[in-house]
Amino acid sequence: MSPQKRVKNVKAQNRTSQGSNSFQTTLSAWKVKQGASNSKNISKHGQNNPVGDYEHADDQAEDALQMAVGYFEKGPIKTSQNKDKTLEKHLKTVENVAWKNGLASEEIDILLNIALSGKFGNAVNTRILKCMIPATVISQDSVVKAVSWLCVDKCSGSTKVLFYRWLVAMFDFIDRKEQINLLYGFFFASLQDDALCPYVCHLLYLLTKKENGEIENGKLILFQGMQPHLQALLSLYKFFAPALISVSLPVRKKIYFKNSENLWKMALLAVKQRNRGPSPEPLKLMLGQANVRPLKRKWNSLSVIPVLNSSSYTKECGKKEMSLYDCLNRSGSFPLEQLKSFPQLLQNIHCLELPSQMGSVLNNSLLLHYINCVRDEPVLLRFYYWLSQTLQEECIWYKVNNYEHGKEFTNFLDTIIRAECFLQEGFYSCEAFLYKSLPLWDGLCCRSQFLQLVSWIPFSSFSEVKPLLFDHLAQLFFTSTIYFKCSVLQSLKELLQNWLLWLSMDIHMKPVTDSPLETTLGGSMNSVSKLIHYVGWLSTTAVRLESNSTFLLHFILDFYEKVCDIYINYNLPLVVLFPPGIFYSALLSLDSSILNQLCFIMHRYRKNLTAAKKNELVQKTKSEFNFSSKTYQEFNHYLTSMVGCLWTSKPFGKGIYIDPEILEKTGVTEYKNSLNVIHHPSFLSYAVSFLMLQTLPRERGGNREKGKKWSWYLDYLFSQGLQGLKLFIRSTEGINYNNQY
Amino acid sequence: MDSYDVPESTPSASSRPEDYFVGATPLQKRLESIRKQTSFIPTPPRRKIPQCSQLQEDVDPQKVAFLLHKQWTLYSLTPLYKFSYSNLKEYSRLLNAFIVAEKQKGLAVEVGEDFNIKVIFSTLLGMKGTQRDPEAFLVQILSKSQLPSENREGKVLWTGWFCCIFGDSLLETVSEDFTCLPLFLANGAESNTAIIGTWFQKTFDCYFSPLAINAFNLSWMAAMWTACKVDHYVATTEFLWSVPCSPQSLDISYAIHPEDAKALWDSIHKTPGEVTQEEVDLFMDCLYSHFHRHFKIHLSATRLVRVSTSVASAHTDGKIKILCHKYLIGVLAYLTELAVFQIE
Repeated sequence: MSPQKRVKNVKAQNRTSQGSNSFQTTLSAWKVKQGASNSKNISKHGQNNPVGDYEHADDQAEDALQMAVGYFEKGPIKTSQNKDKTLEKHLKTVENVAWKNGLASEEIDILLNIALSGKFGNAVNTRILKCMIPATVISQDSVVKAVSWLCVDKCSGSTKVLFYRWLVAMFDFIDRKEQINLLYGFFFASLQDDALCPYVCHLLYLLTKKENGEIENGKLILFQGMQPHLQALLSLYKFFAPALISVSLPVRKKIYFKNSENLWKMALLAVKQRNRGPSPEPLKLMLGQANVRPLKRKWNSLSVIPVLNSSSYTKECGKKEMSLYDCLNRSGSFPLEQLKSFPQLLQNIHCLELPSQMGSVLNNSLLLHYINCVRDEPVLLRFYYWLSQTLQEECIWYKVNNYEHGKEFTNFLDTIIRAECFLQEGFYSCEAFLYKSLPLWDGLCCRSQFLQLVSWIPFSSFSEVKPLLFDHLAQLFFTSTIYFKCSVLQSLKELLQNWLLWLSMDIHMKPVTDSPLETTLGGSMNSVSKLIHYVGWLSTTAVRLESNSTFLLHFILDFYEKVCDIYINYNLPLVVLFPPGIFYSALLSLDSSILNQLCFIMHRYRKNLTAAKKNELVQKTKSEFNFSSKTYQEFNHYLTSMVGCLWTSKPFGKGIYIDPEILEKTGVTEYKNSLNVIHHPSFLSYAVSFLMLQTLPRERGGNREKGKKWSWYLDYLFSQGLQGLKLFIRSTEGINYNNQY
Repeated sequence: MDSYDVPESTPSASSRPEDYFVGATPLQKRLESIRKQTSFIPTPPRRKIPQCSQLQEDVDPQKVAFLLHKQWTLYSLTPLYKFSYSNLKEYSRLLNAFIVAEKQKGLAVEVGEDFNIKVIFSTLLGMKGTQRDPEAFLVQILSKSQLPSENREGKVLWTGWFCCIFGDSLLETVSEDFTCLPLFLANGAESNTAIIGTWFQKTFDCYFSPLAINAFNLSWMAAMWTACKVDHYVATTEFLWSVPCSPQSLDISYAIHPEDAKALWDSIHKTPGEVTQEEVDLFMDCLYSHFHRHFKIHLSATRLVRVSTSVASAHTDGKIKILCHKYLIGVLAYLTELAVFQIE
């Protein structure tokens, strides 16, 4: 495989292995991270506790809760004198926290175990069960563990009843249900217990799927009691498999089950509220744009991204008379719910049942693979429409009174970016969204996410995208802080990298697959070089606006570190040099690391240009991508300036020409020497520590002696980690040493 | 600031930009069209004055009468995936079950015949601009009377309809798996709209977004509707401006006799059958200056929130009431255009 491919893989790994908060734009993620660490305190106890005001009080409550849970975990201490008091105190703590903020799923896990294991008395178990109110969700495993306690009969009948009531009431908050569904048979068997029957019926009613209906309904005929709860279950079975149930059920019966929720009514509302996110801020006075109707946008679901459901629903609509057999064994197609691994995906890729709402793939990495490789237009179009509309609806600065959902929008963007990183490919919907929203963006809202979206713009003609995107970005760039400038440069660097990776892949894959863009290599290179020139223009102006800030220069040089290596790293015929404004700012910088980076970049340029030249000579045939001699001239010009400054102490002769008269006027007598390696201001601190380190014999003049000292000093600089300088000097060693004085 | 000019690019390959993307995928074509849309003024500077369309002749007059004089809430809707006009009956059944299930969440219900509501899907034949436009259809929820003696068809609880009038630009970009009905209008309880919208979203993988009408488009509506020839005026021409101020916003209502409005329009209007952006601006400016002369208030500094004429009335919230049978298609054509713009 070509080296490009490997590069890409490594990059992909790096990227995906990074934390969720910093996929790419690490700099611009700073603020976000800070925010995240602040909120960590809060989220510790209740996932995302929406109200921050309670923070301090909550911390104390949290400690008490931990103690209480620890107490219950240890079990009742027989010897303790005031056992009852302690128990009461801890119970109270748990109850208070549970009713106020809800319990984390781990706490529920522990306490549920305790309540059903019979360690404590019946009264305590009841109280614990009654306050098993989740902060957000209950883990499926906790429920499975709890059910296993029922089998060993450690708890009383009333506790069991309460447990089933609890299970029914909290059913919607259990995170997954597959494992619980596997216990279907156990629950079904529990129907024989008269006390449990009504509640188990209700649970089964909630759990039953088509498959269960088929298997179990035969047995149910045995219970001919016709209590309302059994009727409910039977009617459900009858619905799924009408042919197998011959019992006629009375009509016009509306309520079958006793209401299990009564005990937790208020708590359930609170959990739903919590899961839905923070309460809206008070409305602000609005100017300008059209008011948007209040949020009915998330009509039914709690999250922005739809839940994964296979599309059998739609399919069934079509065929009216469907046999029960067909209904139960949808032969041929592979249900999404069962898709768990990549090999499974590969085996069933031809008969995969697609989700009913394409947007749900965003949360499912396997299906993202599918979306990525399938060239089925309807699939892509459905996803495109969903994502475009959702972005438009959710975008908080796009519509006036959407601001209360900032957090949610940020999370949504994070999910999208995660998917893009995973696929190493941008979505068209996001690009379209950027066109529409960038002109309205304030440069602050979701900055990190927004700039990451920029870096994932799919490769396209730069001149077409420029007026829509980059012109707006430039306006923001010039009027914002230095940090914003750096973030933008960073994301443009990533954009360049993504384009280069894409192009280098594309060129080598071209004979095999149909590239989505029918581009000519020349056209593509032209587009990339325009992007680089655009960044060059931004950088030159920014350096002046920020008066040669070192910080900014770092980001600019980072960008050029990518640029200088295009020919070798990506095997693409393109070498673009930096503009003079950047080169000379870096050369005359007061910071050693900048100069070092510059040396490194010059070294890499040299490598790339030599490689290109060599290829030209080897191939002989005049390819259309021979670099013009202008590029070489430009590079040589820079090289001469650099060598003149750092090495030969002839700074203003060939490279930058400054009239000697003007130089005289500055009054600097030794201007010729003052920029060479020994006197360069950026190395001043190194020079000082070098002198302090070395006890050198006093100068005796001779050129040999001087030359020795010169190379000692260089070795010292190299040993201090100035690798760029080392590489640069080593690679330009051909240049006459003796000219240095 | 430096002038931005790209130096001659290094590789000397010659290529014109239009050579780049020849065989692009449909998604790329879509992106191209969005680029064009975004880079120029979003709306064309001229539009046709609504005309009485020929196609409207075969519309069931009863159904049309049912659509008029009601306040509709507007939504834009992305294309419906795998929607089939031959399955309307089945859809009624499924939506019926879904509504009942949603309304009685948590309670067990009998799945079968015994609902006290009824869902009816029906097509609105002839409700289209061109032959290519897909057929519009109507969804109604009726309450069923509990007493068998009474009329079984109870009162209408909720109505919604889907249409596409001159939706060519959208139709061109999608394959036959999709049905493009970008404009959705609902009348009835919002909770019902939510349930039904959810069902459509789940079943046909489409997306509903509220369609607001900004002041710019409201002015266009004002001009176009004033330009319509109406046999007898049923309502005054009225504008409503909102002044944002604390604690309560202040509304300014400005009513004109429809004939005066028409006279003003005729004095401005030049090209027959067409309305241009300049004319719209001039029309509104005249109204502004007239108002300023009397009340010394610059309406141009406030926000237009509602326009009512004898043809139709529209609110910036995305609410519309169509009054005139003759221009129904014309009004819908403009709304379709706005909806398509929102989903593109």
